[in-house]
Amino acid sequence: MALILNEEQKMLKDSANEFLAINAPVEQFRTLRDNNYQPFDQDLWKAIVEMGWTALTFPEEYNGLNFGFVGLGQVMEEMGKNLTKAPLFSSIVLGGTSLIHSTNNALKESWIPALMDGTKRLAFALDEQSYFDPTSIATTALKTANGFIINGRKKMVIDGGSADAFIVVAKTEENELGLFLVDADSNGITSTTEVLLDAGTYAQIEFNDVTIDASDRLSEIEEGNELLNKINNTAAICLAAEMLGMITAAYGQTIAYLQERQQFGKRIGSYQALQHRAAKLFCEIELCKSIVLKALQALDEGTTNLDELASLAKAKLGETLKIVSNEAMQMHGGIGVTDDVNIGFYFKRARVAQRLFGDYNYHLDRYARLNDY
Amino acid sequence: METTMKTALEDFRLETRQWLEENCPASMRTPVKDSGDFFWGGRNATFQHEDQKIWFERMLKKKWIVPYWDTKYGGGGLSDAENNILTQEMTRLGCRKPIFSFGISMLGPALHKFATEEQKMRFLPEITAGKTWWCQGYSEPNAGSDLAGLQTKAEDMGDHYLINGSKVWTSYADKSDWIFCLVRTDFDAPKHNGISFLLIDMASVGVSTRPIKLISGKSPFCETFFDNVKVPKENLIGTLNEGWTIAKYLLTHERQMIGGVGETDVRRELHEIAKESLPLKDGVLADAVLRSEIAVQGMNDSIFEMTIQRIMDEAKTGVNAGALSSFFKYYGTEQNVSRMELMTAITGSDGLVWESENEDAKVQTRLFCRSKGNTIEGGTSEIQLGIIAKRILNLPS
Ligand SMILES: Cc1cc2nc3c(=O)[nH]c(=O)nc-3n(C[C@H](O)[C@H](O)[C@H](O)COP(=O)(O)OP(=O)(O)OC[C@H]3O[C@@H](n4cnc5c(N)ncnc54)[C@H](O)[C@@H]3O)c2cc1C
Repeated sequence: MALILNEEQKMLKDSANEFLAINAPVEQFRTLRDNNYQPFDQDLWKAIVEMGWTALTFPEEYNGLNFGFVGLGQVMEEMGKNLTKAPLFSSIVLGGTSLIHSTNNALKESWIPALMDGTKRLAFALDEQSYFDPTSIATTALKTANGFIINGRKKMVIDGGSADAFIVVAKTEENELGLFLVDADSNGITSTTEVLLDAGTYAQIEFNDVTIDASDRLSEIEEGNELLNKINNTAAICLAAEMLGMITAAYGQTIAYLQERQQFGKRIGSYQALQHRAAKLFCEIELCKSIVLKALQALDEGTTNLDELASLAKAKLGETLKIVSNEAMQMHGGIGVTDDVNIGFYFKRARVAQRLFGDYNYHLDRYARLNDY
Repeated sequence: METTMKTALEDFRLETRQWLEENCPASMRTPVKDSGDFFWGGRNATFQHEDQKIWFERMLKKKWIVPYWDTKYGGGGLSDAENNILTQEMTRLGCRKPIFSFGISMLGPALHKFATEEQKMRFLPEITAGKTWWCQGYSEPNAGSDLAGLQTKAEDMGDHYLINGSKVWTSYADKSDWIFCLVRTDFDAPKHNGISFLLIDMASVGVSTRPIKLISGKSPFCETFFDNVKVPKENLIGTLNEGWTIAKYLLTHERQMIGGVGETDVRRELHEIAKESLPLKDGVLADAVLRSEIAVQGMNDSIFEMTIQRIMDEAKTGVNAGALSSFFKYYGTEQNVSRMELMTAITGSDGLVWESENEDAKVQTRLFCRSKGNTIEGGTSEIQLGIIAKRILNLPS
């Protein structure tokens, strides 16, 4: 398969680019932050639903567009450029993917339409530690006569404060992982939110003897690990797409600054020390573009080495974003570390995005293990 | 329409695969150890062994020495799509290139673009037949990175040019039949505007070479001297004094080649070698630092490969990939150099063997040394970064 976008995918990317430049530029991010860290703009979310972005990845049998993750990845990338805040990642990438790969048809039928039309939103409750480790889950789901009792504490739940329900990853009595859909207003749930460096709100959720129906289980017995792995791969790849957008934007603004800012009577972009650093970043960014597209294509094709591609994408983008966001500030000089310009926003969002769903070290290690060394 | 095209290509792939399986000798499907493993062609062509000869002759008969050139020049006339399939199938089976030739990878593209039809008919068929070994006469003692500062002089003597001067670092000059050369034809013009692109027979009176020994212990390159060498005027390619355009165009092809674009050779994975020679702990390499270095190398190698594919796919839709040859050159050679450093780290003292009965170890040590030239030849890494900064990023001078 050719490693380029087809015409339809290009059109979607262009339309997302135009739409966000008008409706959700970085200034909106600043306004939301300054307005008590609002998680997102309600009007924007409605407009995003109207654009069809929430339906891109769902199959036709649920009236989805069946357009695929390459398409959604273009939207994520454009959102990354603008640091756009919207529950697209939490509700559609995480929540939606959980449902797409679930075999629980009743849940699919009741939730997918509501996710697509934006009337309901899901949040994904996986992390329990300050780092990503899907293998050490302490939250439990114990069987009762007609369902399960959930106990445990989750953190870093993206958009958790405003979701209608959570998808909770918990250990079952069979000592495997299960995924459960839990209404946000169930008895026994207490939720607090934290604001992180990126001005995003993340929920810490405590589940205290929360009871749910047996029919709220998303994963079948013995298939929870696999379902979780699919969601984690999808999350890593879509985050990588968002990070590519951040890289492109921060880098583009930096190159523009090198072209205009003058010191010692010359434009600073004429100094070779800066030229070579900028050129090295250019090369790394070329690599980033390739792995993101390759991994997005693999999601749509169900390629067998998806695990490896997901880890390559998240590792490469994580490391490159770290370097680009640092270099962007350094090359802006004093103004780069002020709140007046946007370049620092990219650095702040970068550090959070780098860590979500596994950082550079995690994915580099996973890549090595997948290759058996 | 599209579906018939697709099935035709599918058929082509199957036929190609079958033909390669039947015709490529087993020993020609093993990884190339060093440049000595290649067949280089030329007037005095010598084959290292029978299989190399068989493989070259079969590919020659099939017109697949340069499969994508026009049949009138002895090429295979394959379309881009067919040629891609052939490359993929050769890579899949690990088939070696039947010949290693600067005529194919560097001079050929320049002749296609700048030579007259008569010149093409004269030189291209000799390249596709593997009959001319070409070398590159660009660098001079005082013109390396600053290539346009070259001083080798070509005087117009009416019916011929008279060449005086010297070149340096000319790879394989002592074995080559012909040299494509940059010469100064106008000493008064600004330096980029007085250069011409000339083809010179190395057998001409007044041409001599002196091999230079490399840190690898081998001497594949030379100083090349021109002492009153007469060159017929019809050997000038393109317009007089406009050779710099040709020189740059050729360099984009050279840089893609050095960067590894179009490579069919299959290399062993570093981690496989590491697992054979180093201790494991819990099933993974015990040396955690080395393990992560290998993973970084593996990550960037495989994403670089995807990037070559992506840029080539984009080129087919009309995006100009030529500007990116400096990226290929820079990144591909930096990767190769770091790969060889890692190889040496993985193989311990075996990776440092200079003279020994252990032939493989010897070859590796010498390749390690040779790799240090990768980030210099064809324009240094620093020069490539400068080109990226100016031509692609539009940074000011
Ligand atoms: C293995 C090998 C094979 C070769 N084969 C051939 C061949 O077949 N034909 C041929 O014509 N040539 C050949 N060359 C020559 C090669 O092209 C030159 O060596 C190369 O262009 C560098 O020139 P130089 O050696 O004069 O180094 P210099 O130009 O003197 O460079 C010295 C150092 O200064 C740096 N430098 C120079 N200018 C700048 C600048 N403006 N900004 C920043 N840094 C700078 C360089 O990057 C380098 O690090 C070969 C070289 C090698 C190593």
